[in-house]
Formats: sequence, C-alpha cells, structure tokens
Amino acid sequence: MTTAADHIDPAVRAEALASLLIERGLVDQATMDNFIKTYEQSVGPMNGAKVVARAWTDPEYADRLLADGTAAIAELGFKGPQGEHIVVLRNTPEVHHVVVCTLCSCYPWPVLGLPPSWYKDPSYRSRIVREPRAVLAEFGLELGDDVAIKVVDSSSEVRYMVLPVRPAGTEGLSESELAALVTRDAMVGVAEVAAP
Amino acid sequence: MGGRQGFGHVRPLTAEPPFAEPWEGKAFALGLLSIRAAGANLHAFRHALERVPPGDYLGDYYDRWLHASQLMLADSGILSAEQVTARAARLSGSDVPEPEPPEPHKPDMPSGGPGNLRTLDTPPAFAVGDRVRTADLHTSGHTKLPGYVRRRTGTVTAVRQAEVFPDTAATFQGENPQHCYAVEFDSRELWGADAEQFRLSIDLFEPYLEKVT
Repeated sequence: MTTAADHIDPAVRAEALASLLIERGLVDQATMDNFIKTYEQSVGPMNGAKVVARAWTDPEYADRLLADGTAAIAELGFKGPQGEHIVVLRNTPEVHHVVVCTLCSCYPWPVLGLPPSWYKDPSYRSRIVREPRAVLAEFGLELGDDVAIKVVDSSSEVRYMVLPVRPAGTEGLSESELAALVTRDAMVGVAEVAAP
Repeated sequence: MGGRQGFGHVRPLTAEPPFAEPWEGKAFALGLLSIRAAGANLHAFRHALERVPPGDYLGDYYDRWLHASQLMLADSGILSAEQVTARAARLSGSDVPEPEPPEPHKPDMPSGGPGNLRTLDTPPAFAVGDRVRTADLHTSGHTKLPGYVRRRTGTVTAVRQAEVFPDTAATFQGENPQHCYAVEFDSRELWGADAEQFRLSIDLFEPYLEKVT
C-alpha cells in the first residue's frame, strides 16, 4: 500500500511525468495542449445532442442511426477515439436504457465527450447494475413500474449512446432548438429530456 | 465494481467542466500519449489502471490515470518509478539525485490493423436467441468478464463484430481476435429472487461462454 511518505501531489506527479517524457522526446507540449483543448472545446455532449435532434426530426436518419450508429453519427462529422463502434439504444415510454462501465469508465467520447464525475464514481459503477431503479430515483428520475429497465454494461469496444424520448409539446421546434434541450444525462440514460 | 457494496449515494447530476483543475487535463493528455509511447495498447493501459493500489485507485480519477501511465511506462522500461519520484521531489524543492533511466524493453505485439475491430474467418459459435452460460474465470491478469456475471446463464441478443481479445492483448500476448456477443441476463439470475426487476446487457467474448442446451 502507498504510505503518506510516498504520497505525491497529483499536480506534481503530472509535471514530473510530463517533464521526463518531454526530455525524452516522447511527448511534446503542443500535442498535450491540443488534446486538452479538443476535449474542453470541440468534443462534448453538444455533438450527441445534434445526433438526437436529427433523429427526432428525420425518421430515415433515426432508422440509420439505430441500424449502424457509428456510420450515422459519422454523417454528422463525429468520429474519433472511443467511437470505433457506437450502438444507439432507443428509449421509449415502455423501455428505459441506462449505460454504465463497471470495469473502468468507457464512454462514447465523439458524441458525449469525457465522462462526468458521477459516471466514474464507484457508487454509480457498483450500484446501477444491482439496483437501477433506486439509483435512478436518487438522480431524480422516478420511473413507473410499467417501464422496463435495461442496464447496459460497456465491457467491449462497443460504446453506447441513448436516444431519449422526444418530450411532448416540442412539435413546433427546429432541429437546433431541440438539440438545446438534450442533456448529457439523458444520453447516458440517467435522466429524461424535459419539455421546454 | 459491478455489485460491490458500501460506496454510498451517487453524486448529484451537475454541470462540470471536463477538467476541474489544469493538472487533470495534463493527466488525461499524458495518459493518451503514454499509451502511444508504450506500444499503442489500450488494453495494457486498462490493465495498468486495474493494478493501481486500491487506495490510489479509489482517489482522484485522473490521479489514477497518472499512476497507470507511470506503471505502463515502467513496464516498457521507458521510465522508472524511481525517476518519477526523484523528479517530483526536485520539483518540490528537494535536491535529490536523479537515477539513470532503465533499459528500454518495450514489448512488441504484431498488429492486425488500427483500432480493435477485426474480421474472423471462423463463423461465430453462437447465434441470437442462444442460451449461454458464463465461465468460472479467475484470472490474475486482465479480463472483460466482470465478477458479477460469472457462472450465470443469459441469452445472446446480438452478434457484435469480432474484436482484439483484451485478456491476451493487455499483456502483449497477441491480439487473438474473438467473436463478441451482447448477452442479456435477468436481474434475478444475477442478484437472487428478491432483486429489483430489470434486464442487464453486456458484451462478452466467445471464450467466456458455453452453450446451454
């Protein structure tokens, strides 16, 4: 076990590793900065929200998305690491999907970005596969007894994204207005999309 | 982690930036670049994450990444733990000597192409609708068969594309691609008669499964 004497502050450990690797020419600062900037600015749940809004407004796109998530998502320009094989799970009033990675923190980066803290926590990873209804209720999502729950554990290179139910009263909204309603949490399946 | 008890309530759903502090972004980038430097083997990185000592594993998420990167780089002889400790001490103001770098011994594993999806000549052993039972597997290495679905019976609901087999790839023993299946379990098969009623789907590789007739 690590003792207090061995403890290195993570910021210092990061700096130590970075400086050693940069000296060896294995890492360069510009590439590091570029990775950070990409996941801070360009890749995030706003991408997945566009996919969902397109599927809500274009039934043929929705069919393609459910048949081959990777290809349909690439149509909107989203691909890259952790998106080699994306499967989209359609939620309905009868069936609610919720996604987890019990072994690590696998997550569909191209459409959702990097996972939030709660997704990586031991509490979520241990409990959602054992008592999903209780966990969803803790998050504030109370599902009726008539709704079947399907929990999906991401244990291979397949990455999962939930296509949430389109809320009632949104018939007049444009695709971009719809995208603005879609949340990260709804695309993991721990929330529903609320009507505006 | 599946089914382990004692971790308490889930954290509330709040908006948060991808990296709470600058060092987290650095740890993320270093993770990706360390994977590249140590043989471009994502499975080896996941295996390293699993070997982070429990106390550190359960701490900060991106600190876990730093520990795993360091382990993976040490495995390849790119950097030693002693070098990192010495550099960290120097960055904190101690005038300790820096040890020599280790002898590189980066493992080499033939690659069947980019990524992890593969095409197999042999047909899949199972089809949609087949009942399958999971193995009683106790590995000391890496596996993608979580403890909570071992020795359980479920139903194949999809045949996925074949993939590099993490159990051998994680230790550079070869890509050894395998067919992969979505297998669905009833919650009561996993957690007993009093369990909440739901279904659980998980992707499992062919060597983990045998057909129930």
